[in-house]
Amino acid sequence: MRPNLRLALAVITASAGIANGAPIGMDGARHLLVRTGFGATAPEIAAFAPLEREEAVDRLLAATGSKATIAPPAFVDEPYFPFYKLQQLTPEERMAEQRRNAERGFELREWWFREMLATPSPLTERMTLFWHNHFATSQQKVRSAQLVYRHNVLLRNHALGHFGELLHAVSKDPAMLIYLDNAGSRRQAPNENFAREVMELFTLGEGRYTERDIQEAARAFTGWSIDRDSGEFLYRPFFHDGGTKTVLGRSGRFGGDEVLDILLARPETASFVARKLWREFVSPSPDEREAERLAAVFRDARYAVKPLLRAMLLSDAFWAAENRGALIKSPVDLVVGTMHTFGMRPLSLRPAVTASALLGQNVFSPPNVKGWPGGEAWINSATLLGRKQLLDRFFRGSDAMPEAGAMTAMAEDKDKDATPEARMRRMMNRGLATYAFDWDRFARDLGAVDGRDDRLSRLVLAVPPVELPAPGAEGAALVRQLTADPAYQLR
Amino acid sequence: MDRRQFLAGLAASSLAAFAAPSWAAPIRRLLILVELKGGNDGLNTLVPFADPAYRRLRPRLAIGAGDVLRLDDERGLHPSLEKLMPVWSAGELAVVQGLGYPDPNLSHFRSIEIWDTASRSDEYLDDGWLTRVFAKHPSPPGYAADGVVVGAADLGPLAGPGARTLSLANPEQFLRNAKLAKATAAGSANPSLAHILRVERDIQQSAERLHPGREFATAFPAGPFGAAVRTAAQLAANREGISAVRLTLGGFDTHANQAGTQAALLRQLGEGLAALRDALKEIGRWQDTVVATYSEFGRRAQENQSAGTDHGTANVHFVLGGAVRGGLAGKAPSLERLDAGGNLIHTTDFRSYYAGLVAGTLGANAGRLVSSAAPLDLVKA
Repeated sequence: MRPNLRLALAVITASAGIANGAPIGMDGARHLLVRTGFGATAPEIAAFAPLEREEAVDRLLAATGSKATIAPPAFVDEPYFPFYKLQQLTPEERMAEQRRNAERGFELREWWFREMLATPSPLTERMTLFWHNHFATSQQKVRSAQLVYRHNVLLRNHALGHFGELLHAVSKDPAMLIYLDNAGSRRQAPNENFAREVMELFTLGEGRYTERDIQEAARAFTGWSIDRDSGEFLYRPFFHDGGTKTVLGRSGRFGGDEVLDILLARPETASFVARKLWREFVSPSPDEREAERLAAVFRDARYAVKPLLRAMLLSDAFWAAENRGALIKSPVDLVVGTMHTFGMRPLSLRPAVTASALLGQNVFSPPNVKGWPGGEAWINSATLLGRKQLLDRFFRGSDAMPEAGAMTAMAEDKDKDATPEARMRRMMNRGLATYAFDWDRFARDLGAVDGRDDRLSRLVLAVPPVELPAPGAEGAALVRQLTADPAYQLR
Repeated sequence: MDRRQFLAGLAASSLAAFAAPSWAAPIRRLLILVELKGGNDGLNTLVPFADPAYRRLRPRLAIGAGDVLRLDDERGLHPSLEKLMPVWSAGELAVVQGLGYPDPNLSHFRSIEIWDTASRSDEYLDDGWLTRVFAKHPSPPGYAADGVVVGAADLGPLAGPGARTLSLANPEQFLRNAKLAKATAAGSANPSLAHILRVERDIQQSAERLHPGREFATAFPAGPFGAAVRTAAQLAANREGISAVRLTLGGFDTHANQAGTQAALLRQLGEGLAALRDALKEIGRWQDTVVATYSEFGRRAQENQSAGTDHGTANVHFVLGGAVRGGLAGKAPSLERLDAGGNLIHTTDFRSYYAGLVAGTLGANAGRLVSSAAPLDLVKA
């Protein structure tokens, strides 16, 4: 970091009263918890406020897990349904199987959202979601909800472990082998899809390899396939090209694991992943020198994720006033974070899952192998209005309900003209009726925050509201105004 | 014309009022894109009924020579498209054949992304192709929006921050929701917040400039596509301009029992497009509107065992409008010479198609923003 910038940051952090060695306070605790989890409640913030930065970060990192705490849907224990058997079904049976698979996808999403809400370590789920976006696979192509589940279990298992181990494991993961077409890749005609993306999107970053490297690496990955009956990884020696390959200047009779190790040995890989984590946790635009320092930490730790995260969360940049509220909430942040912060615990999470999907983030179905673009791309006129409409639904007082009733009635008149998306929206709206915000229950947990001073604003928003709340607004009405403010879209 | 008449005429025509400086000699037509989602079967849309290979590839699905709506001695439209025949006879319908791209991808998701971003098969672009055009060639000030996406979650060709794009199911509903966007702050040092405030302002401006009350004598077909067509007509009638509209008709992924499904969908398409033409004529905008279809891919030449067709490649698309050069365009792919996957080999790059649509609506300079390939000559100057 340039000396003058470092000085500037030091001044900013000192003036914000959160310098190293001092308690991080309510604002610091909120910042840390919201960035590493999904929303934060007043009691959670109160528990972290007296800690110093290092204590607070170490407490978060010590609490991470590698297994979900909520039991998955029962179907994950059923035998895997092989694809080739799909071809043997009648068209009607195949349709029924596809419907069942789609329903299972919904159950999986609800399970994951429930885990995000209930987990003692939201950081574990945030990192699992981060890797889901990094190693994107989609149920639409993988088609088997069981393989999608196994993929998710794998990501969580390594979420705060070692990136190198995760890369090796995910490259042999059946969902990934299907998603990037490696399962059918043979020496006679190597499929380059995985070889390209493993370099461009998973390790080195675009432009740090040649087309020739991709072709050679694709040969090394031939034979990494799946067993058609069990759906498990299977190495098929007859598919494998055993000849000599040259990848990034190194030659040998490489298999897939050797190529992955070559990619991990490149310094670009740590830089690429560290920068992506920066955009997840710190700000949309990494500071070059600071990102390189963190990449070196990552390399020195042999790709252990925790030392990198620790260094990042303890960096001055993470705590800098200018980076508070610098990130745009993803739809999952908005939906799950709001439910967590305001203590909404509806019976069914399907409307929440649907809301996130309609706002652009359907987990287990990223748009493509690049994952969700994120950042400013989350917000366009449709998604911003969708977000506001959702928050309006969450926090609208009973006074506004007659209008909502009229709107729903009007919408249902037009049912025959509805698109699938409109029907999905309608289903969500009906389901959201059980998501009501209860100010009285919420207020009991607020403790010192009585809803009249700016502490409620500091609990709900990462930065001061753009529109000053109406004078005298308090309680539920104030929450409604704060969550409707553009600043509520930030974390 | 005296001065008062001139001013009245100018006020009545917001297009004239907001036109670019005269040296740019702008043509400015409305582009209405219709996505046929799922991959429409082009072989049974423009039917090569005289080709023996067609009958061989489609033993169960082939449409007979006596059933097609003949365009010439070899090709005819699917019988459900009868409402398009008057448009054809008027010389206002172009049927563009063999559209596709090299190294085709047969995944719905990836292939529509290629079409939506006008990328190569091995290239990932972030912004929609129309967004890239509007980023360099914005709509005149005073327009309600660059583009409006009707009734779909994805913005498709209008995705990305370079264009002012509205997404709505119908304008009345948009106006109701737009009341939730009320922030008045001009900007912020925080780039993320500045972006949100800009979108919030876009919503407010567009809401001020949308006047959806227009009633039409034209009867719109029942069903979601008819409703979307009605919305498109309302947007075309809007006093403040809109440069592009995207509609979606879904359900074309006909892997099994295709005949009935496709017939019903093409009927909706034909009736919807015919109603759109009537409505645009009613408001005097048919001459300056270009309507065009697209789809992620065509379907496999050979029908499958379930009386359906699997994902394919090259496809046929429709372009309609008062200024459209009617007739068959492009070259039909050979049914004898298929690729290794049994798919049609494209004859015309879809990016030339897009470039032709943009050249015909926003002008030749804008057309060049889509593709360096020569634009198809689809629209009269």
